[in-house]
Amino acid sequence: MAERRYTKTHEWVTLDGKQATIGITDFAQSQLGDVVFLELPAVGRKLGERESFGVIESVKAASDLYSPVAGKIAAVNEKLAQKPELVNSDPYGDGWILRIDLAGELPSDLLDETEYKKVAEASAH
Amino acid sequence: MTEPLSFELSRPAVTPPRLPDADLPGPAPADVLPPEMLRSRPPDLPRLSEPEIMRHYSRLASLNYSISENFYPLGSCTMKYNPVLNEQAAALPGFAGLHPYQDEDTIQGALELMWRLERALCAVVGVERVTLQPAAGAHGEWTALRMIAAYHDSRQENRTEVLVPDSAHGTNPASAALSGFKVVEVKSGSDGRISLADLESKLSRQTAALMLTNPNTLGLFEREILDIAEMVHATGAMLYYDGANLNAFMGICRPGDMGFDAVHMNLHKTFTTPHGGGGPGAGPVGVKAELVPFLPAPTVERQNGHLTLDYKRPQSIGRVRSFYGNFGMLVRAYTYILAMGGDGLSQASRDAVLSANYLRNLVEADLEMPHKGPCMHEFVASAHNLTSANGVRALDIAKALLDRQFYAPTVYFPLVVPEAIMVEPTETESKATLDSFAAAIKEIVAQAKTDPEVLHAEPRSTPVGRLDEVAAARKINAYLVGQAEDPILRWKAPSDTA
Repeated sequence: MAERRYTKTHEWVTLDGKQATIGITDFAQSQLGDVVFLELPAVGRKLGERESFGVIESVKAASDLYSPVAGKIAAVNEKLAQKPELVNSDPYGDGWILRIDLAGELPSDLLDETEYKKVAEASAH
Repeated sequence: MTEPLSFELSRPAVTPPRLPDADLPGPAPADVLPPEMLRSRPPDLPRLSEPEIMRHYSRLASLNYSISENFYPLGSCTMKYNPVLNEQAAALPGFAGLHPYQDEDTIQGALELMWRLERALCAVVGVERVTLQPAAGAHGEWTALRMIAAYHDSRQENRTEVLVPDSAHGTNPASAALSGFKVVEVKSGSDGRISLADLESKLSRQTAALMLTNPNTLGLFEREILDIAEMVHATGAMLYYDGANLNAFMGICRPGDMGFDAVHMNLHKTFTTPHGGGGPGAGPVGVKAELVPFLPAPTVERQNGHLTLDYKRPQSIGRVRSFYGNFGMLVRAYTYILAMGGDGLSQASRDAVLSANYLRNLVEADLEMPHKGPCMHEFVASAHNLTSANGVRALDIAKALLDRQFYAPTVYFPLVVPEAIMVEPTETESKATLDSFAAAIKEIVAQAKTDPEVLHAEPRSTPVGRLDEVAAARKINAYLVGQAEDPILRWKAPSDTA
């Protein structure tokens, strides 16, 4: 498994060659609570870095989803349409959200696990 | 206890009551409708005798919970008592029997009431004119944003962004998005108030407006409102006031004096007209002089003592509601304003703030308060500590309150507070009610620390127990994307055998 990087807005990204897989963090899913719906974009759409691409809805709230990287959407996790709970039960595995063919390099300001932990702890208070 | 649907109670043998013939001549349906639009048989309406239907609805009413029965501390909703006097005024035949197509000369009394209510609301919020058309708060927000967009258009300015604080009511970004604006979020500082530094960084020549609630949804007064107004106006943008929290300072200070250009008010919150399912609502919008040309038409104008509806408003954004708004609500709100008087309105706000602070101090020992007091008309507590230590969430506390004969406070809002519990007692509650609510919170928190499992099973005394909200939401979503059977309707009409 490639090294996982994070954003301050609680998305994660892993890189396999020039393809990035993205999802939301374990902390994000625990804050949202039971996820009931995801509104996701079509394959082929181009996304800019930090661009909002969809909505995740839990019983408590609806939040925008942001792409940590720029590129073209190669795949959308179709399983989430029927099983949004995968985001809760396996946020870093079966609960992945998009695969993106990178337009350039990974942004340099992504966080490593230690840095992200600090962000998550700070926003828990 | 559950009550069957009237369709399930229906007995085909019952002859339904006949409606009287219409007292005006009208065309036969076949003369004015195409054949495919005509029914071949009567609709499948339930057939019940009058006592049966009366008992059905009375039983349903007994399952309901309302402000007429008990305390309703729903934060940001201002669930104050709806005085009976309002109903008496709205039922006067001169108001209740009006037809919206009546000639202007025959509705002078109704127009007079609208004209006077507009003047009263102008005085309360400090604006030039008010439209009474919008039918709810969110409708008022949208109407105001349409006027602001028309204002910028008239100056050939293309402003595409609306700024909204992260603690805003969800309707703010929704109204902005529906009006075609891009929503830009402004962060709160650690004191719970809008961050001026973040606001500065988001304001630009693209900004059409900043939408602000004051006091904000944390029940905190935005002390730097004059500086905020100056910053917003310096970029040429407008300042919009979300009137959901107007009950905090009615008759004490005015949004217009703080620099707001457009102000919405909820008559169903601040001015005691019925709320929620008991509505309909009314969300008038007040504007400063520069927005007056864009008000929805018609406006009510007085000329030589005669009142007219003015449709000749070339820059108007048009009509935003059929006829003249929810007129019955206008009568109720005006009745309240007259009954209270200016002093009474400001006393109501003082009492609302006192109630909130009294209750906040009582529950402070049991629930965490993420922001420093004193508060205005409402406060936001957090169940965060109980969640991490005992697995008891804000939702569990809300449900446990139902078993103690209270309506639940707003939970999980504002979003900036984890496990938020938002309480707004309003001025209409007695000290005894506030004391008993605080005692219920104390009991629930004590239980959370000793026997949290009991709380997960509450409520037990309500007609319906703990709902599986997750399953409900997921089933509806699955149905909407065509992957599940209709989870909504439990009664299906008998197949067409006629």
